[in-house]
Amino acid sequence: MTGLLSSSNFQWVLTSAVLLGMAAGMVGTMANLRKQGLMSDAISHAALPGVILAFLISGEKQLPVLITGAAISGLIAAFFIQSIKRTTRIKEDAAMGIILSVFFGGGIMLLSIANRVGGGSQSGLDRFIFGQAASMVRMDAYIMGALAVVVMLLIFVSFKEWKVVLFDPRHAKMMGIPVRLYSSLYTLLLVLVIVIGIQAVGVILMAAMLIIPAISSRYWTHSLFTVFVLSAVFGGVSGGIGTLISSSGSNLPTGPFIVVTSSLIFLLSLFFGTKKGLLFRGEKLHANRRYLKQGGDHK
Amino acid sequence: MSVLTVQNLSSAYEKKLVLDSLTFSVNEGTLTGIVGPNGAGKSTMIKAILGLQPKISGSIEFFNGNEKKINQRVGYVPQRGAVDWDFPTNVLDVVTMGLYGQIGWLRFPNKKHRQLALEALEKVSMSDFAHRQISQLSGGQQQRVFLARALVQDADLYFMDEPFAGVDAKTEKTIISVLKELIDLGKTVMVVHHDLQTVPYYFDHVLLLNKELIAHGPTNETFTPSYLAQTYGGAIQWLGRDNNDRSFVQQ
Repeated sequence: MTGLLSSSNFQWVLTSAVLLGMAAGMVGTMANLRKQGLMSDAISHAALPGVILAFLISGEKQLPVLITGAAISGLIAAFFIQSIKRTTRIKEDAAMGIILSVFFGGGIMLLSIANRVGGGSQSGLDRFIFGQAASMVRMDAYIMGALAVVVMLLIFVSFKEWKVVLFDPRHAKMMGIPVRLYSSLYTLLLVLVIVIGIQAVGVILMAAMLIIPAISSRYWTHSLFTVFVLSAVFGGVSGGIGTLISSSGSNLPTGPFIVVTSSLIFLLSLFFGTKKGLLFRGEKLHANRRYLKQGGDHK
Repeated sequence: MSVLTVQNLSSAYEKKLVLDSLTFSVNEGTLTGIVGPNGAGKSTMIKAILGLQPKISGSIEFFNGNEKKINQRVGYVPQRGAVDWDFPTNVLDVVTMGLYGQIGWLRFPNKKHRQLALEALEKVSMSDFAHRQISQLSGGQQQRVFLARALVQDADLYFMDEPFAGVDAKTEKTIISVLKELIDLGKTVMVVHHDLQTVPYYFDHVLLLNKELIAHGPTNETFTPSYLAQTYGGAIQWLGRDNNDRSFVQQ
């Protein structure tokens, strides 16, 4: 373990996993507030066929090529879900169910084709399903970390606009904020975080990185800014710890350990969260009962 | 002077026409009640005027067209249900959002903006709630927060979508006093309103709408039994005035 920590390659992988976790927590907060948690799950599953196709076409496992493929198929999936919702009587959740399974099934099918024709160079592609941070080379870590920082900056510099677009898009439009542009940018950020994360976390569990930190942070605060900061912290910690654990043994997948870590944070938040946590609520209820028994003045 | 000119405005949901070639203009300093049955297109009309709902045809001109930055001069108070009140933010923050059009990109609200927001909260008797999480407000308080968010913007033309719906007496009183104050300042306000009994007491102008424009003008000329019968398709009884000289209108 100590040997691993002092390897500079691993330090980069760890740093980028933390940055990814932070960016995912922040974008997840937006998805959560737009009630689109499941959308992130659909897009990440839908990224798989893009990865494999990019590999089949280019013939090599270059991360920039693979994540471009992932982004394209993720965006196509998002577009299909929206068009199904708009043009048919099918509701959004059903549309997501259809697209998610069709794209993921297609991805698995393409993977089995790649396994036949790849002649060895395809080995490791299946890591995109559960994710393996340790398999990343330094260049991958650079790309992932840099893009995660870009995502966070884009959210931060326009925080005021994001806030009103998320809370009340009509009011935002009245204020002259280009709501359509922000909606497109949001989809782009969501897809970006997902595709840079799938190598480390895997397409199946990527959605957890977006959703769990975001919902955990709501138990601690009523301020949007703090929600974003806490989601970033929870996401970063989960990303870091998950990567550490999975790298400590050979062939341990990263995604599941990240999810387990963030789920522990969620459980802590659920019970001990100072604003919506169960214990806090119980304490309030108790105080109210006490007060009623005493029959004191209302405060 | 006209602050709003609407010509041939039509709008539809899917294939169903909900607004049929409305043409009217609104004079500066008037307080207009927009009245009509459910589904008459009252909210849709406001949204279409504000560009929040696509229109099929028609043109809309604010302030005779000599104004470029209309988004700061036109305020909108939506129905309370338009947003998720569980959103992580507090009252002062929501009101400050009314200034976002003026603060500009890459800048954040400062002390001055918060001061303006507090003054707007004062006008709607919500100062004590400035730091309250918005999920902990009653319906009437939510309505007053939306009103304060529009007031802080200091617009010249306001649209309000059923501000009196389901609010308590205190909120109703606050809204009326705010409306009076706005008119005294020479501003123009259009309000979607459901309670026919109070129409003649609250508004100096009335716009009767049921997909088409039935009538628009000073209250004593338009709020008449025959126009109302046209608007509500005859399903209305005009019972005259009671002892306190209040109109007795029933649907």
